[in-house]
Amino acid sequence: MSEGVNMQKDSILMVSDVRKYFKIKEGIVKAVDGVSFSVKYGETLALVGESGSGKTTTGHVVMGFYPPDSGGILYKGRHDLSIPIKKRSLELKREIQIVFQDPGTSLNPKHMIKDIVGLPLRIHRLADSSGVYGKVAELLEFVGLGEDFMFKYPHELGGGEKQLVAIARALAPSPSFIILDEPTSALDVSSQAKVLNTLSRIQKEHDISYLLITHDLGVVRNIAHRVMIMYLGKIYEEAPTEEFFREPLHPYTQMLLSSIPTLTRQDEEIKPKGVEAVGEIPSALSPPKGCRFHTRCPFAKPVCSEREPPDVMTDNGHVVRCWLYE
Amino acid sequence: MSRTLDAQRRYLGLERRVKRENLKRVWYRFKRSRLSLIGLSLICLLILFVGLAEFIAPYPEHAGLYINFKDAYKPPSLEHLLGTDMYGRDVLSRVIFGFRYAFLLIGIVLSLVVPTGVVLGLIAGYYRGTIIETIIIRLSDIFISIPYLVLALAIASILEPNIYNAMLAVSLMWWPWYVKLTHSVTASLRNEPFILAAEAQGASTVHILFRELLPNQLGIILTKVTLDAGWVVLIGAAISFVGLGAQPPTPDLGTMVSEYSKYLPSYWWMSMGPALGIVLIILSFNLLGDGIRDVFAGD
Repeated sequence: MSEGVNMQKDSILMVSDVRKYFKIKEGIVKAVDGVSFSVKYGETLALVGESGSGKTTTGHVVMGFYPPDSGGILYKGRHDLSIPIKKRSLELKREIQIVFQDPGTSLNPKHMIKDIVGLPLRIHRLADSSGVYGKVAELLEFVGLGEDFMFKYPHELGGGEKQLVAIARALAPSPSFIILDEPTSALDVSSQAKVLNTLSRIQKEHDISYLLITHDLGVVRNIAHRVMIMYLGKIYEEAPTEEFFREPLHPYTQMLLSSIPTLTRQDEEIKPKGVEAVGEIPSALSPPKGCRFHTRCPFAKPVCSEREPPDVMTDNGHVVRCWLYE
Repeated sequence: MSRTLDAQRRYLGLERRVKRENLKRVWYRFKRSRLSLIGLSLICLLILFVGLAEFIAPYPEHAGLYINFKDAYKPPSLEHLLGTDMYGRDVLSRVIFGFRYAFLLIGIVLSLVVPTGVVLGLIAGYYRGTIIETIIIRLSDIFISIPYLVLALAIASILEPNIYNAMLAVSLMWWPWYVKLTHSVTASLRNEPFILAAEAQGASTVHILFRELLPNQLGIILTKVTLDAGWVVLIGAAISFVGLGAQPPTPDLGTMVSEYSKYLPSYWWMSMGPALGIVLIILSFNLLGDGIRDVFAGD
């Protein structure tokens, strides 16, 4: 009980048992199926999973693009985020921002950069029409773009530059919490480094909390403080980043880690052995019974296909949901 | 303070320069095609005719009620370039005045139809999947399903057949096409991340509709408007031709074709004049429309 209160105190975001199902012609897609986690103040929590694991849906539910079917989302211990974005107060919208995966589609192609970055300033009355220019120039400067970007259109920019503009826009209303929805996966490697460095710098200087949604474990290693592994709408492992890479527990995590191509012998040695990536992620229309990973798991036991695995807590804040550790 | 003012002035100057360069680029794309330039010049010429009909027409008094049987049924000559009609009126002068009615029809119909259709289409597309969308789209379907001549007939019989009721009839059947167009584009843009981003920042619905969604379909709407301008004239002419539009002696092109068609084929020049006028308007707007489409192509 006291732990719960404590968690509320130092968590900027608390998500508890959130479910989001989508009805389609073929049936019901259980995109997010009972997910709980919390993001602490000033921390980067990475939500990692393959395509179709429900990680982006989780982010969008927190944003309020579609409300959850059940479960609670609490922001700063007092604001209910399980309401759609349209019903949230302007102040709440100011505090929570998002950076989308593909900067090519997240910037209106018809607007100048100064209007794109200036929009949140105008909405939240952080600058009048004459003050917008200076503020936008400052913001662009801050993410490492010159003020001459102000009068360009998105199509005149490279992918990395566009993403920096999207970050400047998210930063404009001085938010406390930003959802990063695969912020680097649409970028080339050199831009990725620049974007990641900028994100880390912003976090340090402005004390912003991030929910980082990604499938790239390299990115996780670079900027995340804690990692969660999501598979078919459920979270199967959660650990501080260092601990996570030192000793991945869940067979799925081991499979993910062993599928990263390595360059050096040293990297090769720390890679988990014996867990080959096999098969594809099953359809979220009819997820396997029990542990959803048992169809691809090399260590699957009879119990895995029958009952949901329990939460197993180890020391070092490592939580794994797996029958192997029962 | 003066430093920020200086910066301010510099920013405004930069912005103006970029906007000017963009206009230049638009003009460059437009003038690449000679046909669209021809279309634009023809439209300008027609607008000149519309504004200065009294001064350009060789016999301005022939536009309306005027009878001079001495000059009736004259074939085209230097004196009367398109000949004269059964009352001795100069056909060319009447056609030049006819452009005025054609442009009046275009102006009134499009200014009623385009804003209505576009706004309803934006709303229907933005609220896709809701009852609002269903109501707007079904209502448009109802209007589309009525043939425009039947609608014109109904309106003419309830009210009276004149040019304004013809405009009303054309407008009533036309707005749903703009709903359909903007609805389909808007619905496809609805869940684009840049719209979600605007929502996330707290932009108002009005901002999202008119500043985020509308600019991304302005090209396709403008192209349709120019192409439709020709069609409005044609349908207006059809309504006039069957006697439901402007009544003689109004120098309306459709009414004139209808009036003069009784004298075909012996006095062919009479109906040829207004018919060529209609063709000229439709042709120029189509050429202009192609040019506008090229400007926005690749966006």
